[in-house]
Amino acid sequence: MASSTIVESLRKQIASCEAQLKDLRRQLAEAEHYQQQQREQDSLHQTTAAYSDPFTHDMSYGIHDDFRSEVFAALSHVEVGSPSRKWPLDKTEYKRYGRQLIMPEIGLQGQLCLKEASVLIVGVGGLGCPAAAYLVGSGVGTVGLIDGDIVEESNLHRQVLHSTASVGMSKVDSARVALNSLNPNVRLVAHPSRLTSESAISILQDYDVVLDCTDTPASRYLISDACVLLGKPLVSASALRTDGQLMVLNYPPRPVGDPSGGPCYRCVFPKPPPAESVVSCGDGGILGPVVGVMGVLQALEAIKLLTRQTNEVFRHVEPKPADPPTLLIFSAYSNPMFRSIRLRNRRQKCAACSAQSSVTPEALKSGSLDYVQFCGTISPINALASNERISAENYAKIRLEVNPYTGMEPDKDSHILVDVREKVQFGLCSLEGSLNVPFSTITTTLPNLANTWHNDEIPQAQGWVTELKNHPEKPIFVICRLGNDSQLSVKKMKELGLDHSGQRWIGDIKGGLKAWRNNVDREFPEY
Amino acid sequence: MATDDTIPITVEFSGGLELLFANQRKLTLSIPTYNENRTRSNIAFLVQHLCDNLMKDPRKDMFVLDGTVRPGILVLINEADWELEGEEKYEIQKGDNILFVSTLHGG
Ligand SMILES: [Zn+2]
Repeated sequence: MASSTIVESLRKQIASCEAQLKDLRRQLAEAEHYQQQQREQDSLHQTTAAYSDPFTHDMSYGIHDDFRSEVFAALSHVEVGSPSRKWPLDKTEYKRYGRQLIMPEIGLQGQLCLKEASVLIVGVGGLGCPAAAYLVGSGVGTVGLIDGDIVEESNLHRQVLHSTASVGMSKVDSARVALNSLNPNVRLVAHPSRLTSESAISILQDYDVVLDCTDTPASRYLISDACVLLGKPLVSASALRTDGQLMVLNYPPRPVGDPSGGPCYRCVFPKPPPAESVVSCGDGGILGPVVGVMGVLQALEAIKLLTRQTNEVFRHVEPKPADPPTLLIFSAYSNPMFRSIRLRNRRQKCAACSAQSSVTPEALKSGSLDYVQFCGTISPINALASNERISAENYAKIRLEVNPYTGMEPDKDSHILVDVREKVQFGLCSLEGSLNVPFSTITTTLPNLANTWHNDEIPQAQGWVTELKNHPEKPIFVICRLGNDSQLSVKKMKELGLDHSGQRWIGDIKGGLKAWRNNVDREFPEY
Repeated sequence: MATDDTIPITVEFSGGLELLFANQRKLTLSIPTYNENRTRSNIAFLVQHLCDNLMKDPRKDMFVLDGTVRPGILVLINEADWELEGEEKYEIQKGDNILFVSTLHGG
């Protein structure tokens, strides 16, 4: 107990001395600056004095004071332009950053902090693009970019650094082009590959602040662990559909085992979510400005972290303890759109940041911590027997060709095609004659409907069951986007007795509409 | 009818959990003050109550796993992490706001 008080007190003393040191450095810089100005003025006056002698002798009379001051001004102008005169920032930087420089939150010292700082952006997608744009725009000295993906057309509605022309290019290269034209003063460091457990420490250690702009639980745990081990603050954000979340983690970035440090990702989420519960933007959808808002907020938090010292030391604002850890929730279609939730502190038994930590730099570097395995993977769904499935090509024959054995004309009415995508997706494009029964409706349909009619919603939901029961002789083909939900739907339909104890064939189209597009109809839209 | 037998509360869902509850983001409901064991209703009781009575989606393990909220869901009691309030054992008070947030991963 007593030793921890001493440690705490020493830490405070060091922090206070560091603040004093920083203040002294600033005073020294100011004093030097003043001295330099004085010297220049003195030399100017000497020069002028030397010239003024002849003036006083024979020419000074009749020369207008205004003219004299113009001469001084011209001379002093030469002085300002000379390399001996040092402003802390380049002339162009004053102009470029002028609008933020005049803000007390930034000021000259804040700008110098940004210029000296380095920020790593992991993931140059929907979060990373806007975050990088604002950080590079603000004049952060070094910005690192990590991503192993290439730009796809479906990225462009939200990943604002990439352009139509850069489809197929690596995201890191594409972003570099855009960021370099935005602000050539910033040093950009490219890491055009996925962050791995082996490389995490060596890459992250060169940066002051890390932004987690990735999209999988595995990468989130890895980045958080590396930040904890290296003592780096982590600005973490995520987004899906119309919602976003933001947390500043490991801040203050105290050593492992120090409970006064900010919580890490593992403190907040000690166990990863079941892999089946993790929805990607590709499956769930994402609105561009929603993920954009979150990326912009990450840039803002990074700027606040990097210029925080400035405010305390140079504006003589009372050093405050770091804000308590919070989770900011953004919900585009709720009112209010933002809410801030108070998070817990460091977890006593956290696997990463507590005294009982099992995550070590060695374990990370050796790759013995398998983050992908830790978070689990979804094995491809294989719920049906092969005689319950049909390929897209063979289904096309049923729809489009004359049956070679019976000579029957193709007939869409010979069977029922059930499309189990959600209503919105069905509205985008569908096969002619298909019946839409959304997967969510199928999964929520209860088996023994007749007994559970106490709820208004049930008769409506079971309408599809009645409809399919009305044609007991027709085989049912089930299709979805990729061929997963269709398998589960077939199983459920059989459980609901729609196959009339095996008398009616029910099966799915392998690979769904994706296979239909790839193997049958190239014109069928891809989304 | 909020008598002493029931506690009126607000339950909210975020981060996609609303999809498990017929797309409702906010529920106003009353829960029994005491559960069948004659103990005060706590968060553990509420979670089971929601799962049994209000959840429309049959995939119960998307909300409850091993008798508690599944990993990746934060429970927030009156805008604060439930760990600050005693987690599952927190006894629900009149007018409490309980928010369930599923962590998001997209980016
Ligand atoms: Zn931790």
